[in-house]
Amino acid sequence: MAETFKYRRFKDKAFQGAVVAIALVSMLPLFLIIFYISKTGISAINWDFLTQLPKPTGELGGGISNAIVGTLIMISIAALMSIPLAILIGIYLAEYKESKFAGIGRYCLDVLQGVPSIVIGIIVYILLVKPLGGYNALAGSFALAMMMLPVVAKATEETLKLIPHSLKEASIALGVPYYKTILKVIVPTGMNGIITGIILGIARIAGETAPLLFTAFGSPFMSVKITAPMNALPLLIFNYAASPYEDWHNIAWGASFVLLVLVLILNLIAKLIASKWKIQF
Amino acid sequence: MKNQMKIKSIMLSVLMVGLALISFSACGNKEEKVEILGAGATFPYPLYSKMFDAYFKLNTTKVNYQSIGSGGGIKQLINKTVDFGATDAFMTDKELEEAKVPIIHIPTAMGAVAVIYNLPNIKGLQLDANLITKLYNGEIKTWNDSKIKELNPNIALPSTKVLVVGRSDGSGTTFVFSDFLAKASEEWNKFLGNGKTIKWPTGIAGKGNAGVAGMVKQTPGAIGYVELEYALSNKIEIASIKNKAGNFIIPSIESVTAAANTEIPSDTRISIANTEATQGYPISTFTWVIMFKEQNYNNRKKEQAITLLKLASWMITDGQKFHRALNYSPLPSNVVLQSKSLLESATWDNKSLLK
Amino acid sequence: MNGDKVFKNILLLSLSVLILLVATVLILLFSNSFATIGKFGLSNLVNKVWNPIEGEYGVLPFLIGTLITSFLSLLISLPFSITIALFLGEYFKTGFLNSFVKSAVELLAGIPSLIYGFWGLFVVVPLVRQLQTFLGIEPYGVGLFTASIILAIMIIPYSASLGQEIIKLIPTDLKEAGFALGATRYEVIRTIIIPYSFSGLMAGVILSLGRALGETMAVTMVIGNSNNLPTSLFAPANTMASLIANEFNEASGEVYLSSLIEIGLILFIVTSIINYIGKLIIKKFAPHSN
Repeated sequence: MAETFKYRRFKDKAFQGAVVAIALVSMLPLFLIIFYISKTGISAINWDFLTQLPKPTGELGGGISNAIVGTLIMISIAALMSIPLAILIGIYLAEYKESKFAGIGRYCLDVLQGVPSIVIGIIVYILLVKPLGGYNALAGSFALAMMMLPVVAKATEETLKLIPHSLKEASIALGVPYYKTILKVIVPTGMNGIITGIILGIARIAGETAPLLFTAFGSPFMSVKITAPMNALPLLIFNYAASPYEDWHNIAWGASFVLLVLVLILNLIAKLIASKWKIQF
Repeated sequence: MKNQMKIKSIMLSVLMVGLALISFSACGNKEEKVEILGAGATFPYPLYSKMFDAYFKLNTTKVNYQSIGSGGGIKQLINKTVDFGATDAFMTDKELEEAKVPIIHIPTAMGAVAVIYNLPNIKGLQLDANLITKLYNGEIKTWNDSKIKELNPNIALPSTKVLVVGRSDGSGTTFVFSDFLAKASEEWNKFLGNGKTIKWPTGIAGKGNAGVAGMVKQTPGAIGYVELEYALSNKIEIASIKNKAGNFIIPSIESVTAAANTEIPSDTRISIANTEATQGYPISTFTWVIMFKEQNYNNRKKEQAITLLKLASWMITDGQKFHRALNYSPLPSNVVLQSKSLLESATWDNKSLLK
Repeated sequence: MNGDKVFKNILLLSLSVLILLVATVLILLFSNSFATIGKFGLSNLVNKVWNPIEGEYGVLPFLIGTLITSFLSLLISLPFSITIALFLGEYFKTGFLNSFVKSAVELLAGIPSLIYGFWGLFVVVPLVRQLQTFLGIEPYGVGLFTASIILAIMIIPYSASLGQEIIKLIPTDLKEAGFALGATRYEVIRTIIIPYSFSGLMAGVILSLGRALGETMAVTMVIGNSNNLPTSLFAPANTMASLIANEFNEASGEVYLSSLIEIGLILFIVTSIINYIGKLIIKKFAPHSN
């Protein structure tokens, strides 16, 4: 009938062992990939690489400066576009979760998440490039924002849903208006989860190529104009890796390494902001 | 409390800087030099990037070329989002009809499609169109098949299975490859035809020239086709192909230029695959830059049109000196002359632009 | 009270923007595939021949390819993401191991899909090729199986990261109650944590699935890009997203283009259907979960 205590304890230890083992095994591909990129990419990194513009094949000293700047600009604009909207959507879905409207909203998020990046690129091309007569970085940012939105919104919703009602009730009981309760008590409490969503979202869009192909277009020159074509790290990697030249391949791996480092830095910054902003209870 | 204030002020200043950057960049409308946008074929991308970099150093004109594929180049020109398109497959009569306005084709370079294979220690494989057809439709399953032996009596062929690699994305490279086969082999023409995408009956397909090169290099027994440069820089074995005159030719700068040693129509829209030229490599092609004949469209500035035409003229004259170093074939002189007159036919409000 | 009203209106506005956005996507996809729908109706869905040169636009091979790779990758990734979620959310909530594994998982999400594709091509494909030679089948290396493996690795972070946040947020008194009753950690996990966080975990899973369905770049480099119906798990195949990426640039002609966009529309609808089924499953298994 009831299992012996020894057996239950055995199951417990076995389960723990299995969890630890499997989790650590999942780290394996990550380290393999990072090792692979670092091995092939680090040799390309030097000061020139980070500050110079791309050069044609066979010429020394070429760099990826415009791609780094382009990626940073477009990610920032995409984040500005999507984060506030996503958090608001997440709040609504968590607060009014039974309403029909929320059901539709949740549905929309899931569907948006599943649209292939290339289709998003095509759609933004139809919406923002063709009518405006030219490729521009703003369209690229918009496409990226569309991809980031569901990730952040979902993370916000799920995090806020799990915050105990008692917290909200206590705050309202103390006379704090509802909207202030949400913005200054509930959301900061869930900040960790929200920031996780933001990190995942940014990481996702930093490496996306397809949405930028028909929107930001790319460029061999330095550009900070959002109404003109702009280069980005994934675009550069895509073009160079698909070329037949060894020196361009090296640059592609170097750029991949830079992209990884960039994502890591963004992660750290986001975590820093989270630790300062959240409330622990 | 103090922490929150600090955070708020940091966020605010970041926001201010961000907004400043955006507004600064958005109204950068001071007197700027004309920038030319081009898009299209991946094949000439390395060559163009060298040429346009040199052009920028020459007269500070910025040319931004992105390789999105030949078909993409045609589409974007028609959508008027670029100044010129670039393609390895000239626009068909039907496509020109759909475009409704005349589009001029300017050849800028020549290249070859190499047939590559992965058979350790086997060099100098000889193939012809019929063999390639039978390999690609699965009729020949192993490399020591008698039909292959027929063309290669001095080579000890292994019994490895044939693994066919096609191309997954539409491309001018596929067009040239299939055009040669459609012209030189009844069987291919009947069942597969020519086009930028082919319904490969068997095998796998690689993405882009790089994908195909990678697949063939890694898979023993594989056969595929790529732009010559990809075969050379990846050091993959290249087969010599029987041309119309019956000679087995290896792709090279010379054998490609030799392939143009034939009649070229005045609008330069011709496929030189399966060329008549006796020493010409049979899977060669021009690559073109395409633009609208009438340059006053879409509120363009006249300066933009003039800059574009000057660029194109440079590309077919002084610009030709970059080709050999990158393994592209320069244009033969007869083609340069034809291109020059085509450029002179470009107009602004129906008046010739270039004198 | 005024502040509350304004706030609620802002929330409603945001939701409307979202719905408007998705509706726009749907409408654009629909209107741009009209040429094909008008010509072929629904027959493309069951046609297994894709040959634009001959005017055939059968979508079946890609539908199958997409469904197989997405579900297979989800299956492969699930044990890993759940264990990571437990690892970070329950066993090692703080400390060096936590930061290490957590950052590693988030970094996994940050690797560009292109890089996954290249790594898959240069590292995983040769391994699969060896496996195939061992099993005596065509040593392509690329195919449905390889693509599913790469996809599985790519989608782990989504359910893992979200999952661990969810698990961490479970009220301690709930767990304490279990321990107080003498349950082992494993039993607490099984009877309290998993059910309580089920809907959250599932949300992460659906997020992963969405990612898998739409993934283009990595898949297109390792799936073999054969436009024929796959005959086995190791066969080369193609997915809808990969096909669009392959052929969109070169497609010319109204019907060809609209057929490709129609595929985008089909993917959109398939995603909706799968999400709907997912929601039903969640409702069935966790009616009491939050």
